Amino acid sequence: MTGARSMVDSEESPAKPGWISRSRATGVALVPAASIAGRTLVTVVAIMTFLASLAAGGAVLISQTSRDWRSAVSREATIQVRPVPGRDIEADVREAVRIAAGAPGVESAQPLSKHDSEALLEPWLGQGAALDDIPVPRMIVVKLASRRTVDFAALRDQLLKSIPTAALDDHRMWSERLADMANVLVAITLVLLALLVTAMALAVSFATHGAMAGNREIIEVLHFVGASDGFIARQFQRRFLSLGLRGGMIGAAGACFVFLAAGLLSRRLIATPSGEQLEALFGSFSLGVVGYAAVVAIALVSAALCGQTSRVIVFRRLRNLS
Amino acid sequence: MVRFENVGLRYGAGPEVLQDLTFSIEPGSFQFLTGPSGAGKTTLMRLLLLSLKPTRGLISLFGTDSSKLDKDEITSIRRRIGVVFQDFRLLDHLTTYENVALPLRVQNRREDSYRQEVVELLNWVGLGDRMQVYPEVLSGGEKQRAAIARALIVRPDLLLADEPTGNVDPTMARRLIRLFVELQRSGTSVVVATHDLGLMDQFDGAKRLVLAGGRLHIYE
Ligand SMILES: Nc1ncnc2c1ncn2[C@@H]1O[C@H](COP(=O)(O)OP(=O)(O)OP(=O)(O)O)[C@@H](O)[C@H]1O
Ligand SMILES: [Mg+2]
Repeated sequence: MTGARSMVDSEESPAKPGWISRSRATGVALVPAASIAGRTLVTVVAIMTFLASLAAGGAVLISQTSRDWRSAVSREATIQVRPVPGRDIEADVREAVRIAAGAPGVESAQPLSKHDSEALLEPWLGQGAALDDIPVPRMIVVKLASRRTVDFAALRDQLLKSIPTAALDDHRMWSERLADMANVLVAITLVLLALLVTAMALAVSFATHGAMAGNREIIEVLHFVGASDGFIARQFQRRFLSLGLRGGMIGAAGACFVFLAAGLLSRRLIATPSGEQLEALFGSFSLGVVGYAAVVAIALVSAALCGQTSRVIVFRRLRNLS
Repeated sequence: MVRFENVGLRYGAGPEVLQDLTFSIEPGSFQFLTGPSGAGKTTLMRLLLLSLKPTRGLISLFGTDSSKLDKDEITSIRRRIGVVFQDFRLLDHLTTYENVALPLRVQNRREDSYRQEVVELLNWVGLGDRMQVYPEVLSGGEKQRAAIARALIVRPDLLLADEPTGNVDPTMARRLIRLFVELQRSGTSVVVATHDLGLMDQFDGAKRLVLAGGRLHIYE
């Protein structure tokens, strides 16, 4: 090896030393960059990756928030005591609190005061409504230590036996409905992702067809000098992979920027009262490691998809060629 | 090594350009292929390179019926054939060096395993100082020599050269033909298409395949 090197080095042409020092591990691309609608493809991939990342990030946010919601909702149950003429509602509430607090798995039972109940109803009834005239049911918030050790049926029976006007709501329906809604939203984003992937593959296949048509002469010469279809397909794949990587990175960077900005904005908003509601509704807008990893994964998958699609197309076209 | 039996070829629905070709190319032989312009020399070269399929007849290459070859076999046969195209067919976006190294590169060989060989061959054909330029700045003769170097670099078993001396001066032409003869002595079968009678006369030991009116006449 060293012998060969020194022989080449001793050649007289001045062009040689510079040429030898140039690194040529993979060699110059056999599919010329200018022959592919590269900028268009990078833009398309960037947009697709951006949208796919937003969709995936949205799905992650939704499932995180719904999990938070559900765990909050399921750690509580409520008892409602309806006022009926002839019964002492205050006594009923005290009795219900006693029964609930004594049940297994219950951490505490807190009645909402009359004032609290009225505050809850205020948004619907308006301020200063004469609530004394309206029979307002009283709520008891039951905090559960562990949902599994609570026997809701037994608790319900016990309550009804001594207070026929009491009703126990174990929040299961809410929790299930929330889960269903979140699952539907996540399914929708998955369908969106599938559509985006399909559109991107189609764009890549168009670009590959174009590139092959533009490089017919090159493909022919490569065949004549003994290149296999696999070799030629690899040349295209490499080109499209690098274009896909560029597009994917741009799109992913855009999506990360949007998520960061939304996170910062929501953090500033959360300091305000309406922000707290926002947070309760949408979570904290912080994607977390999983979310950002998903965005990076989408960028890489986009790039791989570019390379792979063009490879498959080239292979198929070359097979049909002969 | 190559055998044609009653081979006929027509382009599309046109007339038969080649008719009833029956001949063979022996290992280590040297032959000129000649005939008037339009006689079908390039067409015959393309048949030999498996870039055209005969409309009738049988072509056998390296002992295999060419109609029974799959893609991989065609690829491996092409790696044993060196071609100089009449119109060179250098790749414009590759330097002279890269063009000449191409047949080795498509075999996935590492560059340091062949760099020296390519440089030597380029020096031999007088392109030592044109290695790093692109075909568009090469003269016709320089392109031709680059195309020849690309065909020779794999030390082919069969060399097909279509008008390889059309663009060079007589001295260079002789030099190139001598290179082909050199190659033939080392075992390669050489087919040189040309209508340069003077050149053929200088190597009158060679077999002559003459195409005329679609038929082939052989003069030993
Ligand atoms: N792709 C093609 N389609 C249709 N006809 C063709 C095609 N290529 C060549 N021909 C015709 O076939 C005949 C032989 O052409 P060919 O190129 O083989 O001649 P040639 O002997 O190489 O000529 P020259 O000496 O000018 O290079 C010509 O009449 C030409 O017009
Ligand atoms: Mg010709």
